[in-house]
Amino acid sequence: MGWNAFFQQLMNGVSVGSLYALLAIGYTLVYGILGLINFAHSDVFMLGTYFAFFMIAVFLLPWWLSVLIGVALCAFVGMSIERVAYRPLRNAPRISALITAVGVSFFIENLGLVTVGARPKGFPRPDLMKNVYTILGARIQGVTFWVPIISILILLALFYIVYRTKVGMAMRAVSRDMETTRLMGVDVDRIILYTFALGSALAGIGGILWACKYPQINPLMGIFPGWKAFTAAVVGGIGNVVGAMLGGFIIGLAEILIVAFFPGLTGYRDAFVFTILIIFLLVRPGGLMGEAIREKV
Amino acid sequence: MKRFLAVLLVCVTLFLGGAVFAAEEVIRIGANLEMTGAVAAYGQMIWEGINLIREIVGDTALGKKVELVLVDNKSDKVEAANATTRLIDKENVVAIIGPAISGSMLAAGPICEEKQIPIISATATNPLVTQGRKFVFRACFLDPYQAAAAAQFAREDLKAETAAILSDIAQDYCVALGNFFKEEFEKRGGKVVVVQHCKTGDQDFSAQLTTIINANPDLLYVPNYYTEIALICRQARDLGYEGIILSADGADAPELFSVGGDAVEGLYHTAIWDATKGLNEVGQKYIDLYKEKYGKDPNMFGALGADAYLILINAIERAGSLDPVKIREAIEDTENLDVVTGKVTIENGDAIKPVVVRKVEGGKFVFVKTVTVE
Repeated sequence: MGWNAFFQQLMNGVSVGSLYALLAIGYTLVYGILGLINFAHSDVFMLGTYFAFFMIAVFLLPWWLSVLIGVALCAFVGMSIERVAYRPLRNAPRISALITAVGVSFFIENLGLVTVGARPKGFPRPDLMKNVYTILGARIQGVTFWVPIISILILLALFYIVYRTKVGMAMRAVSRDMETTRLMGVDVDRIILYTFALGSALAGIGGILWACKYPQINPLMGIFPGWKAFTAAVVGGIGNVVGAMLGGFIIGLAEILIVAFFPGLTGYRDAFVFTILIIFLLVRPGGLMGEAIREKV
Repeated sequence: MKRFLAVLLVCVTLFLGGAVFAAEEVIRIGANLEMTGAVAAYGQMIWEGINLIREIVGDTALGKKVELVLVDNKSDKVEAANATTRLIDKENVVAIIGPAISGSMLAAGPICEEKQIPIISATATNPLVTQGRKFVFRACFLDPYQAAAAAQFAREDLKAETAAILSDIAQDYCVALGNFFKEEFEKRGGKVVVVQHCKTGDQDFSAQLTTIINANPDLLYVPNYYTEIALICRQARDLGYEGIILSADGADAPELFSVGGDAVEGLYHTAIWDATKGLNEVGQKYIDLYKEKYGKDPNMFGALGADAYLILINAIERAGSLDPVKIREAIEDTENLDVVTGKVTIENGDAIKPVVVRKVEGGKFVFVKTVTVE
């Protein structure tokens, strides 16, 4: 493999990885605050692409407005899921919430199959995202530049919200001790609702950017990206936002490079990613950036 | 209480008797199709085709009404096997229109063989589907034949010297086409410079395509299904591939254009028929009615679904009975039957007919030529 081909492969990896990273932030955010792995995240991701798709294709709205509405609807869906499915289980054992999350995920997927049908739709992309640029001999799509930039902007916004606003302070408090926070007069349910809105909006943005790179959307499109982003979140240290980004890039690169260097192992591409997950869970369950797990006293 | 039970018993007996009586009045044919899952478009198109042809030729055989029993196999091999068992044991069908894709058909075949119920797939093209089986049929030609036609077209008409193959290792259909193409292409003096694989549901092919582009082939053969083909073409063009792309009959779905857009322009593919012109009366009627009803060109899957239905009904008429074994014999004897895609003859369970080559121009398929393998 020549230098050019290798550099192209690296760029391919970064390009996939940045999308995983963006999705992983959403998983990690909700986990960090609630200790809940929101498996419906990958389905809100799918809903985001459909919302934007319908705004563009059916209501003929301009692209930027469709994206905004799509993301807002995702936030709304996220809040609804929290209100309907997770809140009644707030004091139930964690495993119940986890199972509910899986149930919500299946529900949304099948609802999608019934309402919009299983046949894939082509996602309309703006030129900004689809133009191809040549850099040092590697051909890179516009969306590949935008994803890391958008991810960093989101990261900055998240840090601002979590560390500089009152809501953020409450979020941090909830993540420490929900009961005490309630006693301090904070409306815990509302804070959790905000957290879900934020996480789901991130899923929506991730979905739309994913569709800009792979312009084919169907109701089950979220499943694999969701699992991989979840893996990325664990590898990076679940609960840690910077770790989630790092994990995303690692997973993306690992996936591309195994296909590039070992074409015979292509069929094991996904298996390889999940092997990484298992190794991390066994050897370093806290992930790369995560703190060692401490039991609360 | 006793009287109540007696009344209930009478009711149940009457109901069951009625049901048995009613069952003799209709001919039940099963449809084991991909209505959801990865290749839902195929199953849905076949179902459309079957229903459309019933509007043209009527829904009776031997003077009895033909009733279709649809079971969704979710594009999954295990579900396809379960659906087959259910159709035979629970729904008492006399014959089945089987799954669209080879993998699922391979799972359904042995069950039909054991229970002696004929099954006919509209579009499963892997040779193993009918090999050594008496009750398994198909309404389309085979992968080796199609791949040989593709290789011949690539060498003789497109003058390709070198080729690369990117096929889906999770699908028997794609693997077989890739292998047969390689064999035939090299037999005709060409060279396959690189073979890469992907897996159903993959959305990213950049790693494989980078390796392929690095080998600089004249032609890229992608014998996959429409979703993968559209994304592969898109990414190949984005990564700077400028050679010819050739695919197979799996490309035939409208999603190829909605997802692939300008990236699928110039794509060649081998097909079972061309939807712009009927080759016989029933074919023309089908095309006209399809256009009238759906406002677009009919697709190959629906047409072959209709063919499968016509072959079955014709066989039932000739068998003159609802005995599955007699129906099976009549299907095997099908010769020069006029169906939607032309004249079909069944030989050892397989349909025999020429291969059509088409090219994408201006967002639609345009007929190029028919190929008969020499």
